Amino acid sequence: MNGPFLLTMIWVVPFITALACLPVRVDDHQRIKMISLIGNLINLLLVTILTCKFITVSAAQPVADGAVASLFHFTYKVGWLKMMNIEYNIGVDAISVLMMLLTAIVIFCGVLASWNVNNQAKEFFVLLNVLVAGVYGVFVSIDLFTFFLFYEIAVLPMYLLIGLWGTGRKEYASMKLTLMLVAGSAFILAGILALYFESGLNSFDLQTLSQHHFSDSFQYIFFPIIFLGFGVLGAIFPFHTWSPDGHASAPTAVSMLHAGVLMKLGGYGCLRVGMYLMPEGAQMWMDFFLILVTINVLYGAFGAIRQTDLKYITAYSSVSHCGLVLFGFTAMTFTGIKGGVLQMISHGLMTALFFCLIGMIYGRTHTRTVSEMGGLMKVMPFLSVAYVIVGLAGLGLPGLSGFVAEANVFVGSFSNPGTLNRICTVLAVLSIVVTAVYVLRAVNDLVNGPIKKQFATLTDASLLEKVPVTILLICLFGMGILPGWIVELVNNAVHPIFNNLMR
Amino acid sequence: MADFIFFNSYLILFCPLLSFVVIGLGHLRSDNTFVGKFAITLSALSCGYALITALTYFIAVMGHGQGDVYPAKMALDSAWLNFSPTLTANMGIYLDPISVMMLIVVSVISLLVNIYSVGYMKGDPSFNRFFSLLALFSFSMLGLVVSSNILQMFVFWELVGVSSYALIGFWYEKPSAVAASKKAFIMTRFADAFFLLGILLVSFQSGSFSFQILNSPETAALLNKNFLFAGMSINMLTLGTLLIFCGGWGKSAMFPLHVWLPDAMEGPTPVSSIIHSATMVVAGVYLTARMFPLFAASESTLFVIQCIGAFTALFAAVIAITQMDIKRILAFSTLSQLGYMIFSLGAAKVCAEGGHHESSINILGYSAAMYHVFTHAFFKCMLFLGAGAIIHAVHSNDILKMGGLKSLMPKTYWSLLAACLAIAGVFPLSGFWSKDAILLASLQSGHYITFLVGLMTGALTAFYMFRFFFLIFHGEARSELHDVHEDPWMTWPIIILTIPTLFAGLLEHFFIIHVVPPQLDEAAHFVHPSWLPWIATLAAVLGIGSAWLLYGKGKTETAARLKDMFGSVYTLVYNKFYVDEVWLFITHKILFNCIAAPIKWFDRKVVDGSMDLTGWLLQVGGKGIRFSQNGQLQFYLGVTLVGVFMFFFLG
Repeated sequence: MNGPFLLTMIWVVPFITALACLPVRVDDHQRIKMISLIGNLINLLLVTILTCKFITVSAAQPVADGAVASLFHFTYKVGWLKMMNIEYNIGVDAISVLMMLLTAIVIFCGVLASWNVNNQAKEFFVLLNVLVAGVYGVFVSIDLFTFFLFYEIAVLPMYLLIGLWGTGRKEYASMKLTLMLVAGSAFILAGILALYFESGLNSFDLQTLSQHHFSDSFQYIFFPIIFLGFGVLGAIFPFHTWSPDGHASAPTAVSMLHAGVLMKLGGYGCLRVGMYLMPEGAQMWMDFFLILVTINVLYGAFGAIRQTDLKYITAYSSVSHCGLVLFGFTAMTFTGIKGGVLQMISHGLMTALFFCLIGMIYGRTHTRTVSEMGGLMKVMPFLSVAYVIVGLAGLGLPGLSGFVAEANVFVGSFSNPGTLNRICTVLAVLSIVVTAVYVLRAVNDLVNGPIKKQFATLTDASLLEKVPVTILLICLFGMGILPGWIVELVNNAVHPIFNNLMR
Repeated sequence: MADFIFFNSYLILFCPLLSFVVIGLGHLRSDNTFVGKFAITLSALSCGYALITALTYFIAVMGHGQGDVYPAKMALDSAWLNFSPTLTANMGIYLDPISVMMLIVVSVISLLVNIYSVGYMKGDPSFNRFFSLLALFSFSMLGLVVSSNILQMFVFWELVGVSSYALIGFWYEKPSAVAASKKAFIMTRFADAFFLLGILLVSFQSGSFSFQILNSPETAALLNKNFLFAGMSINMLTLGTLLIFCGGWGKSAMFPLHVWLPDAMEGPTPVSSIIHSATMVVAGVYLTARMFPLFAASESTLFVIQCIGAFTALFAAVIAITQMDIKRILAFSTLSQLGYMIFSLGAAKVCAEGGHHESSINILGYSAAMYHVFTHAFFKCMLFLGAGAIIHAVHSNDILKMGGLKSLMPKTYWSLLAACLAIAGVFPLSGFWSKDAILLASLQSGHYITFLVGLMTGALTAFYMFRFFFLIFHGEARSELHDVHEDPWMTWPIIILTIPTLFAGLLEHFFIIHVVPPQLDEAAHFVHPSWLPWIATLAAVLGIGSAWLLYGKGKTETAARLKDMFGSVYTLVYNKFYVDEVWLFITHKILFNCIAAPIKWFDRKVVDGSMDLTGWLLQVGGKGIRFSQNGQLQFYLGVTLVGVFMFFFLG
């Protein structure tokens, strides 16, 4: 199977899966779930093959020292809308490959975790698969127009998924989430169109645009527009408020996918479109964004301390951790950017597992209020231990993925000698203490202490539930213990972006 | 041959790791002794290999260095995490006198505690979890001591922290244990954040994590520059070393971060014994020793270290006098002894007022600290194991409820007598030699106040240890005891530990000659005042004597009278000077109520509110526009007419 075909297949397969669900009888839930599972399993295999192929190819063709253009592999280009010279233009570098791997793992686990969705299951899985197709599409696109198109495909089904299958104030939450994200999209679209017309190259090709030097005044105006537009999805302060409400209302698989992968699209876009195409704009605006994301990191962590709902705690911790992604980027150093990318992967795995476990626990206790729980270790040791481990990953324990990412972010931001950078680094490092506080509070209230009477008869995870948890745990440990190959891949991809930034 | 042994030294770490994974993941049910024996076997293998490695190190490396100094040996070092093209963190095994010494201490104590725990934890439903976590701790601690670079040390530093967390909260249904585990983790984590900052600063300046590079004079010179911050001139070397020391500050529970250690006694006693007295809590001392050449380059850092160590030594000893809980007494005693080790390292800096020794280093301070780490590990571990055996037999932690256990637990009695004599510093037991070396070091370096504090603490130590001892073993039983017996699984490790307690004094010469910091010039020769051992012994005898007067034969009446005499002072000391309450105030009142709660409010009301407001405004605007487009012709006509009139009048 050649590379470009593989790339196309990866985003087409979820669409086919969605289509394949359509003719199934509405009440035949089992078949719909099996189709989704098989489709995503195939995709997981395809992405794994892609990763392996990519490793061999990138080993054979290393990025040249001092290269300023990202090296995409498996590229393929064919004209689409000739009028504006929009192309179907695909290719991947290491960042997108790793993000696709993350997506494949998270969605596979997500499908397993939503095995108990029986309310309009057909629509649910169709929408879920469409969403996933959009996510893959973003990662394979080099053409900014298709990039944006896929981006919208990924964002919009969220409205229905939360609004229909959510819990609590779901209509309000889904409306808020969608409106804020779409407002962000408007910024992005404006930015992309501005790039297209300003360059005068009549091209949406990322590589072509990156060769063009945009004037400083243009970059000064449009860099923050693009960065904030994507930043909304990356939960940048003060546009993060869709995240707690949205995540709290969303069904398990949607939370997993949304926090695990979709929020990463924000960081991915900031890096790929914002910083890569407008390096001077990035230089000009970095101090401003550095302050914003430092607020993110601390504010999210402090915000999580006083929350009582498990999902709100996790959502605020996501705000803090996604802040670290952008914090790494705004450090403007090689290690920092790399740390940001690693944090995207690490946070994706971690938060997916968080929401997966919360869904399973909620399914048993029917409450997410921490103070009402307690002593779950006694009745559900597997879920409890998994929760403790993912909590520890969240607070950056070495041996789990969080540490690898955070260490890179901190080393990277410290190696920028600016005074502001130093101060922000100190503040961000101190946030790990706050993280420890809220993680341990949640863990202690949830799994430790004497067991409440009404929970004494609950059961531990079934075999089907253990599978996604185990997969995600293995990934967390794998990245934490043997970070070598991931770091190596990311190194290759970050070098050109960083060189371009420092040009 | 030697290289082969060194190359395979990863086995020391691998065995406990295997034990952790197999016991943790494997469903080894019901047959408890099998799990225990499995853990013991792997622990024994690890310990055996550690001893072989140590022996090989002393034989093979001896004579290859200059003079008496053993050169360091990098047994393994491979890249782990690549930060940038110039900065990579390795994972390695670094052998030098202190790491080899710690390897022996950790692996031997780990083996003995494993054996002991089979008896102690017998019948506990979470027997397997206990052994797997204990193995995780052994792995992490061994990894910590052999670290070849500071990032690796941080990695294992956090791992020992988390195994300590999991083991303190081992009985997770007990709220006090859970609270204690959380407190311990967060306090040490707080210190570790500064440690991490220190690592960032030092490694950024020197461009490396490796201890060999960090400890080189070049790094010290590179760091030794001032920068201005908020109008203050700050020395980067002092700042960096102090930040790194912060890690040790928390882990070794120096004042005012000490509050987690007494609470940590909520964990099972074997855990207190290995983690919270013998090995993990000395990690701070070990870190300071590991980075000693760099620390020694900054006078202020060593001064801070010395002050904080001396203060904690005295402070904790005073508190220990008033405590009633058998394990808490030992915990405060641990704090006090850690203070000794820390101030000994700080006292290595020779006081400048001597004139000709200006800013030189008295390496005895370093050797003595390491020597005390070694001797203390054994006798304190034994004290805890003994205390565990007593708790196991009596089912109480309160020493006032004990008494008269001498005849019931003779083996424990005689072993603990040795340990108490050792910690009190009575000739010729191990504690005497190491304390003597510490006092000598501070005297030689001209730190007379520290010396006096050390001497005074010595007397207090002797007093509270024998108060503990007499109240437990002598006199009549003060409560009803049923079925008091000694379990051989538990008694034998205690008896074995008496060997180093009694005879570690023989190693004094070895430590002082060979366990010396690398890359430091030998300082001038100091005199050894012959009166010092007599004074130290006098202090110990004084302490034991007054303990005998007050509590000998298990009496408590005189002590109770004294307690009433000093009522308010006693309450202050008994409540540990209310340091816990201060921390509680900081975390609950300030952190939770003054920062986190307003942020929560701000987020919901202001940030989110403004988003809702935007939505509301849009809706209102939409309604307004809808009103103007309502499709009624009369309305349109009316508006048009109004417009026409307005034009008319305005025109």
